[in-house]
Parts: sequence; structure tokens; C-alpha cells
Amino acid sequence: MSTATPVTAGADTAAVRQAIATTARPPRPGPLSTALTFGWRGMLKVKHVPEQLLDVTVTPVMFLLMFTYLFGGAIAGSTSAYLDYTLPGLLVMSVLFTTVYSGVSLNTDLTKGVVDRFRSLPIWRPAPLLGSLLGDSVRYVIAGTVIIVVGVALGYRPDAGVTGALGALALVVVFSFGLSWVFSVLGLLLRSPNAVMNAGFMGIFPLTFLSNVFVDPATLPGPLEAFVNVNPISILATACRSLMDGTPDGEAITTSLVVAAALAAIFLPITTRLYRSR
Amino acid sequence: MTTHAPLAIEVTGLEKSFGDTHAVAGVDLAVPEGSIYGVLGPNGAGKTTVIRMLATLIPPDAGTARVLGHDIRTEGDAVRSLVSLTGQLASVDEELTGRENLILLGRLLGLSRSASRTRADELLEAFGISEAAARLVKHYSGGMRRRLDIAASIVVTPRLMFLDEPTTGLDPRSRGQVWEIARALQAGGTTILLCTQYLEEADQLADGIAVIDRGKVIAEGTPGQLKASVGTGGLKVRLLDPGQRGDAAGILERAVGAVVLDADPAALSVSSADASRAADGVSALARAGLGIAEFSLGQPSLDEVFLALTGHLAEERDATLEEQSS
Ligand SMILES: Nc1ncnc2c1ncn2[C@@H]1O[C@H](COP(=O)(O)OP(=O)(O)O)[C@@H](O)[C@H]1O
Ligand SMILES: [Mg+2]
Repeated sequence: MSTATPVTAGADTAAVRQAIATTARPPRPGPLSTALTFGWRGMLKVKHVPEQLLDVTVTPVMFLLMFTYLFGGAIAGSTSAYLDYTLPGLLVMSVLFTTVYSGVSLNTDLTKGVVDRFRSLPIWRPAPLLGSLLGDSVRYVIAGTVIIVVGVALGYRPDAGVTGALGALALVVVFSFGLSWVFSVLGLLLRSPNAVMNAGFMGIFPLTFLSNVFVDPATLPGPLEAFVNVNPISILATACRSLMDGTPDGEAITTSLVVAAALAAIFLPITTRLYRSR
Repeated sequence: MTTHAPLAIEVTGLEKSFGDTHAVAGVDLAVPEGSIYGVLGPNGAGKTTVIRMLATLIPPDAGTARVLGHDIRTEGDAVRSLVSLTGQLASVDEELTGRENLILLGRLLGLSRSASRTRADELLEAFGISEAAARLVKHYSGGMRRRLDIAASIVVTPRLMFLDEPTTGLDPRSRGQVWEIARALQAGGTTILLCTQYLEEADQLADGIAVIDRGKVIAEGTPGQLKASVGTGGLKVRLLDPGQRGDAAGILERAVGAVVLDADPAALSVSSADASRAADGVSALARAGLGIAEFSLGQPSLDEVFLALTGHLAEERDATLEEQSS
């Protein structure tokens, strides 16, 4: 601990003194720049733990293979006809599953001390939340792209080509921006990342199955059909199908966007309030 | 205290409850600028809660606090731009590398991309973490993580730094390094509010100490004053034969002062002794033919400080410790 301390052994006191002396406080960065910095943080996490993408892409790909080859013939007459029907829906499912992880990673942050550090900084206060959303969008795009690519490999050809696929992907990602605030609220309310994961999937899983992602609701009993038809996931899947087929369904697209905006309008303020007071 | 420095922290009647727990039950503090001020207390005393309020993470229920002249309730933003927090849980991002952590903070504090990289490398070098710069923090040792944590707090030098139990769980060497860093920070003009459970740590670093228990300040003063109220050092003796402890207690009582029987059936300590009287006590034991396995003369422990300050707290704390371990 005296002057004889070798450099590799730990802190070099003289250098520490030097490091303290050399800084002047820079001007405070703007809100956008701060949010983008948090976005960068989110992307670094994806880079360091790419396995987290595996979790969210493997399940939908598994469903894609299972439903197409196991039930496809029975449901739609042939596997290729079923693939045409279900792929846009699986795109929706794949990306929406990913939004649960927004809540999980927020909760993980909270169990560590790092959020206290962020909250003690002189920064625009919603920046960490908005920024992590930017990072999350990378995950959404990757999850969606994987499904589309696997679908194409299995023989799916969107009538509207690349444009249609990109349009559908963009719509799902925008919808996910809205939905992710629901899981952020869960992430702030529940005790552990696991609890958020379980609660999140407990909600999103049945909602996905009680939609038109896998089956045409016309075949369902009355009350169930009615529910499936108003389920926002059905509407989003319909909108995606229409975009990929080159016959955009204005009503479904608008409804999806309105639902996303409504979710954000309700849950974003709740999220910021909870984040501030935790 | 005789100092006339302006106050970095000025707290009166600070309170905070969580449900039925009065975590902070009326705390007053006056911390002179440029000092290291120790808040000393056992687990659950309310230290972290005080820091979280002063760093504007949670609002107080009652009381007023000014940090570097700014009211923590109404001028939170001004407070945040002058302080840094090194929390009890490492306040760094475990899923990023050490270098990324420092660059992230540089960017958030307004450094340009290149300036934040330069600053990160400079700090990594100064804190002896260059070699681990590209490794994820979750693979860091406790001491490295703590050094990174402190480095993260001085990416832009703060006027006031909160250090919450910076050496709990560290080995003695890492502990010494953290102390060196704290001294260097103070030498650079940063005021430090240091929360700790170790009297030795407060004694090593702090210019003033507040002893806090159950959300209240129960004693305040310089380390010297505090130790004088307890005794300059504690003599601890372990006997070869636990059966002789009663005799030994009698001899030490006469030669030195009030004796405390430890949980270890062969050990006893005298919490009020100066070195020469302690030596007399040990030789009195030897003359009486009692076999001594070991003895030491050390700083009073936090328990002894508590015993001296309150008389009764030590037992109750033992009771809670037993509850925890059962
Ligand atoms: N967020 C919280 N919710 C409920 N109780 C809390 C919370 N934070 C602290 N406490 C309680 O307040 C008391 C003081 O805690 P703390 O300030 O962490 O003490 P210290 O840092 O001295 O160990 C403890 O009894 C603790 O359980
Ligand atoms: Mg604490």
C-alpha cells in the first residue's frame, strides 16, 4: 500500500489523484442524446449475451415447424397452404414474445445497484426507459427477421415481396413498442426477473393461441370466435397478412396502431412514475 | 468540531418509514465541506436509507436536507449534478465490460465520444483494471468491482461522493486500496459521506463520525472522541482452559476494568483499557498461573462502541444475530 505497490496490484494512488484533478464538468447532454446512449447500452447487452435471442427465436421457429408439418395438412389441406396462412401470424407471435424480455431486463436492472446510479445522475429522467426501448427494437427486428427467413426457406413467398414483409415487420415492431410498456410495468411491480417472465408469458401465451395466428376463427364455436375476432393480436395478424399479401387492410392496420398508442398512453406514464419512486 | 468550513451536508430531523419500519427516525447531520464523514452503524441502522434520500433517490417523509446548498426536495436536479453515488450493491452494469461502463457514464455526463473513451482508459489505468477492461463486470473480483464502481463515480469529479459500505466483503488488501482511493479523493477536494459497519474504517478515514442505530444518531464526534468514550483499545484474552474463565475475569476486573464475557467460552475481553494497564492485566493472569492461549490488544469493535454508548444494545443485537443465524 506504500509507494512500492506495483502498478498491476491495484489502484495507483498518484494516478488516481491525477485523474481526479483533470476533469471539468462538461455541458449536460440533451434528452435525445441521453436516450440514444441508453439505446447503445441495450445493444451492447445483446452483443454480449446473444443467447437471449435464442430464447425468443427458437420457440416461434419450433411452433412454425410443428404447426406447419404436424397440423398444417389437417388444418389447411396442405402444409404449403398452411404456411401461407400462418407465417404472418407467427411473425406477430415471435416479436410479441420478445417484448416480455423488456420487462425482464428492466427488473434485472432493478435487482442490481446500477439503476440507483442512473437515477442519481443529472440526466433527463425517462431516458433510461426510452433508451432501453431502442435497444429492444433491435431484438424485435432480429426475432421477426428470423421467422421470415425460416419461412422463406420452407417455401413461403409473400405476394407483396420484400416490401410486404418489411411493412409487416415494421408494423409489428411499432405495435411492440406500445405493448412493451405493459411488461415494463410488470417488471417494476414484480419481485424477480423470473416472476416477470412467468407472468408475462402467462398473459401473452393464451392471448396468442386465442387469436387467428394458428386457425381461422370461422371454424370456432360462437363465443370463442367473437373473442378471437376482437383480440388485438388477431387484428395485428390480419394486418400483417394483408401487408404481406399485397392487399393492405386499412382498418386492421389503423386499429393495430391505435391499440399500440393506447397501450403506450396508459402504461408509459405508469412506468415512469414507478421507475422514479422505486 | 472546531472547523468553520461551509457545510456540504446539512440535515435536520430527517425521517423515512417503510410501512411499520422507521428506517430513519429523526437524523441530524452537519458535514463540513472537504471532509470525510463517517456514518457508523450496524446492519439495518438506516445508513443506506439516509444516503438514498440525500442522493434524491427517495423522498424523505419529514425533515430538511441541503446538499452543497441545495434543497434535496426542490432542487433535486442541482443536487444530482454535484454528487456521485457508489451504492452498497455495486452500482455498475454487470452485463457490460468495465470499459463500456465508464464510457457509458462519460457519455451520460456529456463527454464527447472520444473524450469519454480517453477518460475511461485513464481511469482504468489509474484504478488498476486495464487488464480486465474488456471483460464483463460479472466476472470481476469483489475488489476490482469496487474499484470500477468508484472510478465510475469520478468520471466527472463530483463535489460530494456517497460511499456506502465500500469495503464490506473485501479482503484486507482490497480494503486498503479502497481506503487509499478515498484519501486521494479527499485530497482532490471531494467531500465524502462514508457509511460503514467498521469502526476501524471510520477511524482510518473519517474526520467526523456519527454513530447511528435504529434510525437515530446516538453519538457524534471525532474518531478520537468516540474511542475515548469507549477506551483506547480492547484487550482480548483466550484461555487454554474455559473452566478458569471465572478466575481470569476476577483478576482482570481488579487489574484493568469491566470485563465482557465473549460467546467463545474460553474468551473474555476488557473494553476499557490503555496499553500499559492491559499489559499489567496479562501479567497478572500469568502470575496467577492461568494458561493463556492468545491475547491481543485492538481497536474496540462496533459492539464495544455500542455497549459503551448504550449499555444494553449489545445484548439485543446478539439476540437479533441469533435469530438471523437460526
Ligand atoms: N425499500 C425498503 N422497503 C422496506 N424496508 C426497507 C427498505 N429499505 C430499507 N428498509 C428497512 O429499513 C431499515 C434500514 O435499512 P437500511 O437503510 O438499508 O440500513 P443499513 O444501510 O444501515 O443497513 C431496515 O430495517 C430495512 O429492512
Ligand atoms: Mg446499507
